[in-house]
Amino acid sequence: MTRVEGPEKVTGAARYAFEYPVPDAVYAYPVQATVASGRLRAFDATEALAMPGVLAVLGGVTTGTFGMENFELALFTSDAVTYRGQLIGAVVADTLENARAAAVTVRARYDPQPPDAVLRPGHPKLYRPEKVNPGMPADTGYGDVAAGLAGAAGRVAVTYTTPVQHNNPMEPHAAIAAWDEAGALTVWDSTQGPTADRDTIAAVLDLPPERVRVISPHVGGGFGSKGTTRPHAILAALAAREVGRPVKVALTRQQMFTLTGHRTPTIQRLELGAAADGALTAVAHDVIEHTALRTEFAEQTAACTRVMYGTPAMRTTHRLAPLNVPAPSWMRAPGETPGMYALESAMDELAVALDMDPVELRIRNEPAAEPESGLPFSSRNLVACLRAGADRFGWADRDPRPGVRRRGRWLTGTGVAASTYPARRRPSSATADALDGGYVVRIAAADIGTGARTALAAIAASTLGVERDRVRVELGDSALPPAWLAGGSMGTASWASAVAAACEALLKDGSHGSADTAEDVEGDSGFARHSFGAQFAEVLVDPLTGEVRVPRLLGVFAAGRIIDPQLARSQFIGGMTMGLGMALMEATAVDASAGCFVGLDFAQYHVATCADVLDVDAFWIDEDDPHLWPGDGKGIGEIGITGTAAAIGNAVYHATGRRVRDLPITPAKLLGAG
Amino acid sequence: MRTFSYVRAASPGEAVGLYRPGAAYLGGGTNLVDLMRLGVAAPDQVIDVTGATGDSISESDDGGLRIGAGVRNSDLATHPVVRERYPLLARAVLTGASGQIRNMATVGGNLLQRTRCPYFQDTGMPCNKREPGSGCQATAPGADTEHLAILGHSPSCVATHPSDMAVALTALGARVRLAGPDGDRWVEMPGLHRLPDDTPERDTVLHPGELITDVELPPPPDGRSTYRKVRERASFAFALVSLAAVLDVGPDGRVRDLRLALGGVAHVPWRAHIAERAARSLPATPETFARAAGEELRSARPLPGNEYKVTLARNLIVAVLEELAP
Repeated sequence: MTRVEGPEKVTGAARYAFEYPVPDAVYAYPVQATVASGRLRAFDATEALAMPGVLAVLGGVTTGTFGMENFELALFTSDAVTYRGQLIGAVVADTLENARAAAVTVRARYDPQPPDAVLRPGHPKLYRPEKVNPGMPADTGYGDVAAGLAGAAGRVAVTYTTPVQHNNPMEPHAAIAAWDEAGALTVWDSTQGPTADRDTIAAVLDLPPERVRVISPHVGGGFGSKGTTRPHAILAALAAREVGRPVKVALTRQQMFTLTGHRTPTIQRLELGAAADGALTAVAHDVIEHTALRTEFAEQTAACTRVMYGTPAMRTTHRLAPLNVPAPSWMRAPGETPGMYALESAMDELAVALDMDPVELRIRNEPAAEPESGLPFSSRNLVACLRAGADRFGWADRDPRPGVRRRGRWLTGTGVAASTYPARRRPSSATADALDGGYVVRIAAADIGTGARTALAAIAASTLGVERDRVRVELGDSALPPAWLAGGSMGTASWASAVAAACEALLKDGSHGSADTAEDVEGDSGFARHSFGAQFAEVLVDPLTGEVRVPRLLGVFAAGRIIDPQLARSQFIGGMTMGLGMALMEATAVDASAGCFVGLDFAQYHVATCADVLDVDAFWIDEDDPHLWPGDGKGIGEIGITGTAAAIGNAVYHATGRRVRDLPITPAKLLGAG
Repeated sequence: MRTFSYVRAASPGEAVGLYRPGAAYLGGGTNLVDLMRLGVAAPDQVIDVTGATGDSISESDDGGLRIGAGVRNSDLATHPVVRERYPLLARAVLTGASGQIRNMATVGGNLLQRTRCPYFQDTGMPCNKREPGSGCQATAPGADTEHLAILGHSPSCVATHPSDMAVALTALGARVRLAGPDGDRWVEMPGLHRLPDDTPERDTVLHPGELITDVELPPPPDGRSTYRKVRERASFAFALVSLAAVLDVGPDGRVRDLRLALGGVAHVPWRAHIAERAARSLPATPETFARAAGEELRSARPLPGNEYKVTLARNLIVAVLEELAP
């Protein structure tokens, strides 16, 4: 179905955070650290303060009080510089241009230290985190891995690496903050969750949550980078308080690379053993990644291995090196995206080692229950996805020999990989009211471009037994009933539960219904709930230039019940396209001596263009899972990106005989030694 | 606010007359405006020359083509005479940037766009090109060098010239007409752009105040030609390495004429004269092409991290010439 807000968006009428016409607003422009490590010794804004239009300069080391310890958000309270680009100040002026011109005149002096920003194996500061995102154990294991490997007929022991990646949503992070006379704060923010954003802003500023309101009806993408409150929102609030006027902050694309999160690089050691018939005898997945010095984020890279295949012995570990980098954070399918790249590449290598078809190898290792936890799956259709995908793709005729097929100047090859992502929901609340012959549903959900408004209208309409156009959904405002954020593929599942319950209550009451799913959600235990999928890729590789093109990408997914085919397709192929970018081009370079990210724009950080996306298609298997929730959906925002890079990498191997184990697979690597 | 004045010039003479140190000529703005936003360029006067230089393409008496410097890249690439007689040029222009940018970018502006390097764009980094004498972060250990130069660079600068069009013009032997405070003059390509030496702040041989007014192409060369651009994504990316090639093979199967220009490898569009000379009069075979490419690239000095460009340039020369050979 078409999006409810489609006409508003295509005509430009839809307002995004920065665009609200807030009267009397002025502008703040960030001042960022130009060294990666050290102490801020002086912060001289004399010149800036004398410049035209300048109202105030914030920054240096102040004694501001914050209600929450958070190095990224409790701004300007420490002289520690832990990464280049760290926010050390801001200029507030009557125009954006005046603020920007004054910002470059602020003189900061540092006692610099040599930076340490490059992740490497054996880094002396590696440690085991208490938990990995979002609260899972860092290390797990069972059985005798060494024995399983020793007795294996086929074995793989390889290391894969993935680079720093940046979310890079289309809409840059922006906020407007306005305080009223009574000291209440309104923030128009670009956020994936108005409730969570409101709560964090209130906590950081030491305000009761009811004194803060976050408004964000339209959001131009986030991919996780708007899932947590970012410093621009706090900066807008502090600046507005300082000058007594509303303040607008819009980050530039360059500033986004340090102030809005990123995906950690990973170094992943995979050891797999299998019997001659393909049955796994041991799996070990040991991960090294980075975190920031003052803010820990531990990507759950090996968590997917705990879910995927049956094995009598397994080990998964995570180690972090705290480096001079901004805090890594959520980026589309944190954990599963880099983890499934490595695991599914290793499975392909194992299939080669065993001389077995890689689809069959995966089917051979289908577990009866979730391997790590022993919990029964609520539903699991990986095998069905593999079979349906193999059928549609024409896998049966595949010649497994690598490097033997040519099409003109291109070598061609095909590859397969599995996808997975957890299905979860979190407490949310909603109301439903009969109004003027129609219905209005209210929930502090976020529509970040996924079509949430449209999907929730469909859920409400189907519960109420009316046409969708009689339901209006209000979301994107923390003044609405509190709800979970658009993240972890949990948005729709969490909100649908609340919306359906509120609509049921309305049917009973006749005019009003409300619901809070906290108790229901607590009962979501006893099953392992995950989506699964299979991705197939065909690639062309020019062996002389190292160019790789992907003429065909096919995904088949099993993600519960699909609420809306058009919206779902867009999520699946969007994820797959981002996975294509990860496979072939997405990477943020790290300069070792300056200790920072470089190439901070779209001319240098490449994402896939339309010309790279040739034939990308997604299909799904509708699951009838009795152990889910209203709507019966497992969440589809992230599974599409998991496995894509492995499928493409496996196809590159099949085309060339060359295994590139370091993403992205670029001409430089294909032509390089090795 | 950093202020600057904006004036429109109606003729080359007026533009040159308006010029003073600190001013910058503005074509389509697709490079200058970006650099101004980044704080890399800070002219105090911007002289819009899109109405000053010609925006037409006309055939000259000798069978060549005269292209006004104000012609938009899109118009150049789709012009029927360019498409028919200089397909190499049309193809090169169409591989550059995006449709929207080509609609804005002018021929003169394209030739005068600044060389590229991640550190030039970042005002917090040392860069001899941006701030002469401040150093070169791109040559520091652990720098990001993947897209930087392998030929003709100096200790002070390893940036590359990003234009696709200029590579084609260099192979075609175009010449550029300049208007300046001291009158008009012609500059041949190659020869418009310069190697960095110890003055990397100068990308070209233009004197202060000089303005490109026209580009003149000689009659189309004999033989077959093409432009190939290698990049890791299919569109909207600067070349890792690109090649403009013209190959004319005689009835005896020997190379009669060869013109090669490489993009993405140096501070200038790199005319491969050594390879051209090495192949001339030899049989048009893969062996000849490989030997010629090897001789050209003998002087390559890759940086740690961009060694692949040497292999890529060599492979590209051989592959493209094999494709052009009868």
